[in-house]
Amino acid sequence: MRPIAEGLFTDEAQPRLIGGRDRTTGRIVFPCPPGSQCEPWPLQRKGTVWSYTIQRYRPKSPPYAGPDAFRPWPVAYVELPGEVIVEARLTDVPFDRIRIGMPVELTQIPLDPDAPESVMIPAFRPVEMLQ
Amino acid sequence: MSDVCIVGIGIHPFGRTDGLSGIDQGVFAVKQALADAGIDWPDIQFAYGASDAAGNPDTMVDRLGLTGVQFINVRNGCAAGGSALSSAKMAIQSGEFELGLAVGFDKHPRGAFNALPSEYNLPDWYGEAGFMITTQFFAAKIMRYMHLHGISPETLGRVAEKAFRNAVHAPHAWRREPVDLETIMTAPLVSDPYTKYMFCSPAEGGVALILASEKKARALGKPLIRLKAAAMRTRPPGSFEVFAPSIDIDRGGSATNIASHDAFALAGIGPEDIAVAQLQDTEAGAEIMHMAENGFCKDGEQEQWIAEGRTEIGGKLPVNTDGGCLACGEPIGASGLRQVYENVVQLRGHGGGRQVPGDPKTAYTHVYGAPGVSAVTILER
Repeated sequence: MRPIAEGLFTDEAQPRLIGGRDRTTGRIVFPCPPGSQCEPWPLQRKGTVWSYTIQRYRPKSPPYAGPDAFRPWPVAYVELPGEVIVEARLTDVPFDRIRIGMPVELTQIPLDPDAPESVMIPAFRPVEMLQ
Repeated sequence: MSDVCIVGIGIHPFGRTDGLSGIDQGVFAVKQALADAGIDWPDIQFAYGASDAAGNPDTMVDRLGLTGVQFINVRNGCAAGGSALSSAKMAIQSGEFELGLAVGFDKHPRGAFNALPSEYNLPDWYGEAGFMITTQFFAAKIMRYMHLHGISPETLGRVAEKAFRNAVHAPHAWRREPVDLETIMTAPLVSDPYTKYMFCSPAEGGVALILASEKKARALGKPLIRLKAAAMRTRPPGSFEVFAPSIDIDRGGSATNIASHDAFALAGIGPEDIAVAQLQDTEAGAEIMHMAENGFCKDGEQEQWIAEGRTEIGGKLPVNTDGGCLACGEPIGASGLRQVYENVVQLRGHGGGRQVPGDPKTAYTHVYGAPGVSAVTILER
């Protein structure tokens, strides 16, 4: 399965998001900006939900490249302690169980869940099985 | 230094006007403002015009008269109107001019704004994956704020309810039917916690303001509505902005904090001195957060303020007396100037059913927009 863009994930068994660390200030951002000011900085895979919402209508295309069929999805800002807060989808969690502070870990989900060869986008899922 | 005064105001009703371009609506507003000031177009010595998506404002000289007037176009996101006004104020304060115009208009397609990543220095995948959405950001922003400061969903609903109730009495507003709290709370969600009544819509409209030196204003015989401050500012480190794939863990202030602080310093008064305020309410929670960001209350106090009706027209600090963006919609280039228009109406005592009681003498406006710009004005009579 192919990621939605080059340079987004590390190439390892459990991929990490690739952020950028400013060579002068040490500030970490995501994604890694082009140019030489930042060095690629693989981000930790686990964090906590900092905030979230549910996207309940299909975004306009362009720029959205997902399928015409639409089902609401959750979006979160996830705090990776000591590094940065990143924006990504949430997955494997009922909407009414999402909480700020909830522990989550990185995964990948298809942009089009019904397509056999969909590109993959970043998402976080709950670390522990929900009761 | 003598003050710059607002001596004429004009507005084309906000909303949807099929068959009229954005510039048409701007010209309509200019003609109304000229009549209000009792002057003619050739008297105008300079103009600043704001539009985001409806063409170059200076082309309206075709319609108003080819007088050779200096006409500078401003494109500054949601702060465009505020930037035009701030520039016009400085043009008069410089001593070079004594009578000029700030005009803003816009006309956007229906539905949410569809920004493209390349316009914001972002990679294409960010838009392709469905993150390039203003409503999504604003919803995540208020969700965090509610969590930190104990704001309830019902408080968001009450803000929207107030907007539509106030707009009933504002002829320039778009949505002028009251909507009850239950309808607002049970309407379809757009992005949680916001229902469809809690977001404004992109819209159309035009606003024109005639500015004069104090000497000229006295000669025109108009009531002296003084523009004591017009501050446009950009963001500090650590702010939380729309279209952000990542944000810093160390949280900072906002462009609004800076614009507000500097405007109060310029005017020599504080938040407690303001009698009426128009605060950017592109969504219900924005009004809540901006009450604190502009210094009118502390974070979290809004819950009690709204429950007690302190921001109602008869309250301690009436906010968004014409229904704000929620009821007027948002034509980007015109929105900030609409707020100033509304404040001039209030300071003249011409608000009719939405008039703030007690003869208000001070009025405040605030806009905020992507990617971290804010403009604040303070008027005094």
